[in-house]
Amino acid sequence: MIHNIIQSDTSSTLTSEEIHLINIELSHVPQKSGAAIDALKIVQDKRGWVSDECLIAIAKYLEMSSEELEGIATFYNLIFRRPVGEKVILFCDSVSCWLCGCEKQKHKISEILKIDYGETTKNKQFTFLPVPCLGACDKAPVMMVGDELFTNLDSSKIEQIFTDYEQEAG
Amino acid sequence: MTEKVLTKNISNVNDTTPIDRYEANEGYLGLRKALNSMSPDDCLLEVKNSNLRGRGGAGFPTGMKWSFVPKHGDCLPGHKYLICNADEMEPGTFKDRLLMEQDPHQLIEGMVLSAYTIGANIAYIFIRGEYRLAIQRLSEAIEECYNSGYLGGNILGSSFSLEMYVHPSAGRYICGEETALINALEGKRANPRAKPPFPQVSGLWGRPTIVNNVETLCNIPHIIHKGAEWFKTLGVGEDSGTKLFGVSGRVKNPGCWELPMGTPIRQILEDHADGMQTGLNLKGLLPGGGSTDFLTEVHLDLAMDYNVIGAAGSRMGTGTMIILDDQSCPVGMVLNLIRFFAQESCGFCTPCRDGLPWTRQVLEDLENGKGSEADLETLAYQIKYIGTPGNTHCALAPGAMEPLQSAMKYFFEDFKNHITLGRCPYEMNGVY
Repeated sequence: MIHNIIQSDTSSTLTSEEIHLINIELSHVPQKSGAAIDALKIVQDKRGWVSDECLIAIAKYLEMSSEELEGIATFYNLIFRRPVGEKVILFCDSVSCWLCGCEKQKHKISEILKIDYGETTKNKQFTFLPVPCLGACDKAPVMMVGDELFTNLDSSKIEQIFTDYEQEAG
Repeated sequence: MTEKVLTKNISNVNDTTPIDRYEANEGYLGLRKALNSMSPDDCLLEVKNSNLRGRGGAGFPTGMKWSFVPKHGDCLPGHKYLICNADEMEPGTFKDRLLMEQDPHQLIEGMVLSAYTIGANIAYIFIRGEYRLAIQRLSEAIEECYNSGYLGGNILGSSFSLEMYVHPSAGRYICGEETALINALEGKRANPRAKPPFPQVSGLWGRPTIVNNVETLCNIPHIIHKGAEWFKTLGVGEDSGTKLFGVSGRVKNPGCWELPMGTPIRQILEDHADGMQTGLNLKGLLPGGGSTDFLTEVHLDLAMDYNVIGAAGSRMGTGTMIILDDQSCPVGMVLNLIRFFAQESCGFCTPCRDGLPWTRQVLEDLENGKGSEADLETLAYQIKYIGTPGNTHCALAPGAMEPLQSAMKYFFEDFKNHITLGRCPYEMNGVY
């Protein structure tokens, strides 16, 4: 759903750096819409998520309808159409991690951060999301926090991880 | 002692193999040999003769797949493409990550050779967005290759040129299906395409395209360098070469090992994974990822070969096994898998989009002790209609039915017990 459709000037919504990076992707593809996913990722990389305003601006720049681009954006797990915290927790809930007790660890994280799947902490530091198999099944249970992979999770390790982040954040 | 081929540069330490170390261990010799003394047709013949079968799960003969690409002059002028499928998302699969993180040049050499063989001048590595380390190491390795003349214009002074790009996915299981992957690369929703036309004839941007798995491509440099006859001697069963086999679940030493094709399941489980954790017994196993049928203890002496595992009613799939122990609930395990497949359905066709959530609902009721005998009939009905290839647009939904149908075959008592007890018989075991 696109809310509050705003007719905005593309150049003022997308930064010149974003446009520059999108143009690099455009040089590889025979038609502009071919860079749709890359453009969404570029904008998300800079802003953390893709707002309606940005989505409309990207669609306009790539000469496609915003409805079509919205269909693409919402299809993919790693394109965020709502604001997320500074770090996204991608918690593996697939079969090998399940066999190794990931549901217990999921509850531990919920208890520490006081959030469930799909939610963001009050201080906007973390968003908690489930993710399909992270391909580290020999070290199950596993999760990613931001770019970092954490393996062989147990309660004490999870406590340590979030204590460390808390200290880092000061 | 097994001859190490794919993992000869890989140690226990999680570091990468830089270009000098790769070259010092026979790296890029296959590429030099091909560009100096072999035509693309010679390379194709070598790969065909090696009997290499696709390591992504389907086991299709690689040489045959390549032979469907129209030769120069048999199609309209324009690009041909090679795509490496590095979208490792099959639940329980963790082999391609290892190959990309720890020996990126092996994959790149395999891709340059494969592109040379099929006449492609543009190559993509379509990789999971979550594989940050692999993306970084592959990108660095590609840059090293441009600087060393292994990529770009006139590779090693030959007339062959190739551009290579890493394309991180925005995340969706269905992108592992080759035509869905092509749609994702074109910037679209990753709905699978109707076949025919097959990608070999009309793929990326309507041009001839080959999509191969990471591990498949990693075999190519060795086949070209040492020959098809040598490659055939590596397997101990009917298939050629070596394979990365993995074990996950509650075993003593979960991991991933390069072993000859045809290694018996028992050997992988007992000699490499060191057997079950103390106090647990083996109840069943999925031999090659979440979309393969369960096997049980009676199958442990079977060889991990495509046809042998196929004849036992399952599939070798990715060769990374998931072990079900006797303290974990088979219904709960299948529910976990069906939840995954229902979530990852692309939504294009009705049996998959609506059928899988229905199956999930029935299994949730059973697992929560709210099931009835009629639910077992419903599951049998769903297996029949969703699981029959041809009723759905692609193989996702039939794949989802594989662990369910075999669980109902081997662990039917467990399904019944959930109904008679009115709860999960395993709920006290502390896993959940």
